[in-house]
Amino acid sequence: MIDNKTYSLKDIIKTGLLSGLIALSLSVIGFITLLNKRELVAGILSLGHVFLFSPLIAFAYLSAVRIKDEGKYKILGSGFLIGILTSIPLLILALIEHFYDIRQFLVNVSPDLMEILLFNQGIVAGSIILMLGMGLVGLLAAGLQTLPENIRGPITYALTWTLLIGTFSEILSGRLRSFFGPQFVKIIFVRKALNPLVAGILLLFFAGLEINTQKRKKRDDVKRPWKNLDPRIKNGLGMLLLLLLPLVLGTYLTEVVNNVGLYVLMGLGLNIVVGFAGLLDLGYVAFFAIGAYVMGILTTQGHLGFVSMSFWTALPFSVGAATLAGIMLGIPVLRMRGDYLAIVTLGFGEIIRILALSDMLKNQFGGAQGILQIPKPNIAGFDLVKPEFLFYVILLGVLLALFVSWRLRDSRLGRQWMAMREDEDVAEAMGINLVSTKLLAFATGAAFSGLAGAIFASKLTSIFPHSFNLIVSINVLCLIIVGGLGSLPGVVVGALILVGLPELLREFAEYRMLMYGALLIVMMLLMPEGFIPSEVSKRELHAHEIQD
Amino acid sequence: MQRRLKDINFLDVVLWILRAVIIGAVIWGSIATIIENPYPINTWVETIIAGVAQGSLYALIAIGYTLVYGVLFMINFAHGEFFMAGILTATIFLAQPWGKSGFLNQHPLIGLAIITILSITISVGIALLTERVAYRPLRKAPRLVPLITAIGASFFWQYFFRGLFGSDVKGFPQLEILTGKISVFGILVLKTHAVVIVSAVLMLIGLYIFVMKTKVGKSIRAVAEDKDVAALMGIDVDRAITITFATGAAMAGIAGVLYALVFRQVHFFMGFIPGIKAFTAAVLGGIGSIPGAALGGLLLGMFESVGPGLFLEGLGIPAPHQLKDVIAFTLLVLILILRPQGILGERISKEKA
Amino acid sequence: MSKKLYIFSILIALSLILAACGGAEYDCEDALGCVSYAEGEPVRLASALVISGANADLGLDSQYGVEIAIAFQETLFGHEIELQAEDDGCSAEGGQAAGQKIVSDPTIVGIVGTSCSGAGVPMSKVVSDAGYAMVSPSNTAPSLTDPAVAWNPGYLRTAHNDEVQGKAMAEFALEVLGVTTAAAIHDGDPYTEGLARVFADSFEEMGGTIVEFTAVNKGDTDMRPALAAVAAAGPPEFIYYPVFTAEGGFLTKQAKEVSGLEDTILAAADGMISESAIEAVGEAGEGMYFSGPDLGFSGDLYDKFIAKYVEDYGSEPISVFHAHAFDATRMLLGCIEQVAVEDGDSIHIGRQALRTCLYATADFEGITGTLTCTEHGDCADPQISVSQLTDGEYVPVWP
Repeated sequence: MIDNKTYSLKDIIKTGLLSGLIALSLSVIGFITLLNKRELVAGILSLGHVFLFSPLIAFAYLSAVRIKDEGKYKILGSGFLIGILTSIPLLILALIEHFYDIRQFLVNVSPDLMEILLFNQGIVAGSIILMLGMGLVGLLAAGLQTLPENIRGPITYALTWTLLIGTFSEILSGRLRSFFGPQFVKIIFVRKALNPLVAGILLLFFAGLEINTQKRKKRDDVKRPWKNLDPRIKNGLGMLLLLLLPLVLGTYLTEVVNNVGLYVLMGLGLNIVVGFAGLLDLGYVAFFAIGAYVMGILTTQGHLGFVSMSFWTALPFSVGAATLAGIMLGIPVLRMRGDYLAIVTLGFGEIIRILALSDMLKNQFGGAQGILQIPKPNIAGFDLVKPEFLFYVILLGVLLALFVSWRLRDSRLGRQWMAMREDEDVAEAMGINLVSTKLLAFATGAAFSGLAGAIFASKLTSIFPHSFNLIVSINVLCLIIVGGLGSLPGVVVGALILVGLPELLREFAEYRMLMYGALLIVMMLLMPEGFIPSEVSKRELHAHEIQD
Repeated sequence: MQRRLKDINFLDVVLWILRAVIIGAVIWGSIATIIENPYPINTWVETIIAGVAQGSLYALIAIGYTLVYGVLFMINFAHGEFFMAGILTATIFLAQPWGKSGFLNQHPLIGLAIITILSITISVGIALLTERVAYRPLRKAPRLVPLITAIGASFFWQYFFRGLFGSDVKGFPQLEILTGKISVFGILVLKTHAVVIVSAVLMLIGLYIFVMKTKVGKSIRAVAEDKDVAALMGIDVDRAITITFATGAAMAGIAGVLYALVFRQVHFFMGFIPGIKAFTAAVLGGIGSIPGAALGGLLLGMFESVGPGLFLEGLGIPAPHQLKDVIAFTLLVLILILRPQGILGERISKEKA
Repeated sequence: MSKKLYIFSILIALSLILAACGGAEYDCEDALGCVSYAEGEPVRLASALVISGANADLGLDSQYGVEIAIAFQETLFGHEIELQAEDDGCSAEGGQAAGQKIVSDPTIVGIVGTSCSGAGVPMSKVVSDAGYAMVSPSNTAPSLTDPAVAWNPGYLRTAHNDEVQGKAMAEFALEVLGVTTAAAIHDGDPYTEGLARVFADSFEEMGGTIVEFTAVNKGDTDMRPALAAVAAAGPPEFIYYPVFTAEGGFLTKQAKEVSGLEDTILAAADGMISESAIEAVGEAGEGMYFSGPDLGFSGDLYDKFIAKYVEDYGSEPISVFHAHAFDATRMLLGCIEQVAVEDGDSIHIGRQALRTCLYATADFEGITGTLTCTEHGDCADPQISVSQLTDGEYVPVWP
């Protein structure tokens, strides 16, 4: 972050204090306390400790990288100093709390937090342990930098993977249990944490793995057996894996994948509107809502229903209604640009939600009480109740949408959209009919979203207006940009990161949104063009650099 | 416009019909309401004043959006959180303890002044931190990227402050000198409303002078016009942008105090919806224009307050106030169809759009 | 060296697996299967409450209630008790996801949740289909215990059905306060809308007049226009707005400032019984009425509860449903204790037996009253109490 080449003592002090402030922030908002309940390695290491020390480790390592040519002692010294400095804000907090009750202001400065910070010791002994402990950790983190690559690599690799396995042990233990039985799981995991012995084994295993890879790389004989396969066989195998996915994942993970799938569907639709055609739409949830409500009204067996259609009969109506709504929204905003378009579409999304919620239309849409008793999709008299079955319906929808998006992108219409995105006036001058091109973008995008909404309603069997608020639109927009605007694989990856990951981190519920926000910022800072940038935007970014 | 001969007929007809329908519904509803005459005149006056007060708050927050948009062309989604952060902190550390000890009622002016200073400090601090970490490194990135970091920052601050202070609603003590109503030209106005409206007007005038008459303001305007040329002219662009953020956040910090005076409760989630409303107001008035933001905020507050009673009550629609956002957004669409650049906005060039 | 590491780690892993094999299986005769806990394993409960978003204080408060109930119980047959806290997101999709996650874990025996009725509808289905049992501390929608609509066999609740609470408030207003005109306001939440509607319907049925039934939005701050409309329609003698603290605070304070409503009696429901609500309504709330469970008579246990709450979470309860959650958890733990079969140091709990026991709950002394479950899982004490805010404290005034 600091660009000057000389990295002086002052910078080290600044870094140390910054790391201390971050650790302090994580502590006072209760994050550390919550995570401390979650052990990674039973009896030894909790997630709370990892997060308490993580800013220190990161900063100590990074500053060691900055001064890597200045000799071992200076590097180690800087690590130690950063460690000590990191502990200072925490010590101040502990001292203040010791003499004065600041919990009346900051609710999360609890006795539990003090126990964590002071390692269950008194204020004096605890402070010394914390200070020296942090110094030591800083020293080690900086020391890591001084090690040669062939030692450092395996160490970081092994640590990362073991910690990841520990973090996701809850989900892993569930899956392992269903494959190998509860006895097996009991050995590997003690409650939700890794058995220390197993953690040791994992460390050795991953270290060995990495050493092996490094050796192979050196000898340049990295095995890639799949490289020579026929692409058709490759695709076939991929498809087969996809079809077997629910069996591997089990109920809960399939449910997560299903939710990701619905967001992929919406993402693909919004990708056409924003990514291809360049029309910023912040009210995309409206079409999702329309799809869901049409499905709900046409199929419900409750008192709001009047036709009781099946899922498959109602589906075209849902998608059709959403498409129509897309066109109707499109017309008034045809001449609006950029952020004016954004706010009007946002308004449209809110209008749809409020109307669904309103007392005025309660007899049609159920008002606040929503629509209940929506049947699940049914194939040949068999209700698709379990997530494992619904998976295939969603997969079908996603594949269809992917195919359509892919074909459209390279079609004449797709090129018109992109021309319009680059410059509306020039596009028009080239003979592109802006009205129909824009309306087609809105309509296609809305159709995908309507499809997602229809499946959503049927999947939940009940819908409430609150499921269709602004956050959904924001989520979808975030996921296509994080994935890489205009890129189809990007949509899938974006949805996995922004919908799947928070779902897996369900146990951090209170802080999920905090982590989500931080994740958005970090991802964009590290990869402004998205996770998998589209070819076009790669070129654009490059062109941009030349222009400047 | 003349070039679009082929499309103009179809599109214009549709837009004209849309306009006619909206205006027709508004007029029909209003006439029905007036004939039915459900409210005494007094109620109308109260409702209008409440709308103006609410609108003044929107205006103060909207200015932050407009200022930042003016120089960076980005929607600073996290602005509502700056508004929340300042007053929430000031309430916890100052207003609540002082309310309990009675200090606030003994020395209301000094107390409020210190609360305001803390609120501004925190709001500005959070804003500058956000700018430094989440926006500045992305100044050259595609336009949607800072929007995403802004959304991220919005969530982050919301839940950060929730972690700090807890998720419950915090009461803001009632000030004795601001209890009750005063008579302005024979109309009874709540003292808190009067304070909000007067301070908002003063702040707006002050800001206008700051931006238009001072040297710093001039540098902000220069950066808004063209960053590269401004840099060539020896203007420190980073500094101008920082000042812009600080100014917007300071207004939000003051808006927070006024909000607390009127509504007397604060909450970690309180910034999100006013943030969106203020963004709407900024666009309504023409994003990038300071008087536009003020006018947009005022209009939005009025629509929300008066609209449901005036346009919907007469049509016999149940629970009309539930639909106030529908009215606000429909009128927004109407205005933007008539003037796509907002009420006071300049015709935006395509680089800015 | 790497190969040695490799082989070494695999060998150790294999030996561990072998060592683990060979535990005797318990022969479970329960129709829905059993949960077994071996020696040293904790008994596991799950909660699915809203702990993120604008309603977070509602769910967190309930979660604290669950945690305290577990802390008071300490152990079951020498097994510790562990809680897995999930978020229901206060939405249908959140409830379904939380439900799927919980039922994918066979070591969980019972569930406390959900907070919001909207989340409860799909979750009740998921949980019941999987053979689990859930007790909700704060779902109040009548549909959830209506077998014709959304009831499922694994679902119970300790919260009051809106039908009960709305009717009780109408009765109180008409008969005790002697008012004849009233207005009701909701905020579009299924809970507040349902309760306001039942109140309005009952009030008219019993011979009163509803002058205005209207709504505001969640997140609104300026309630004056809606209140002015209420004033213009009557003004009514009584306004019932069973909303939550944020909107309720605004409504209360602003009602006092709208001309015509200065002397109107204000009333809210259990969504606003909390320290934070007292703070939010401020002086304007003096004399206001609240319907809800009667927490006053439970005496010692509740005092002990509050002391623990303040110690652990740093504030007085932030909502009211902690009490229902506490009772729900105690009901669950009590039934686990009843139906668990001890087998050496391990215990086995039949899922159907647990359900049967829960549904058979009768005269259970909780802090929200005496709980008896109906055949469709409404367990709350039918006795609604009305308290009045006097000098910043809730004072029971009825019955």
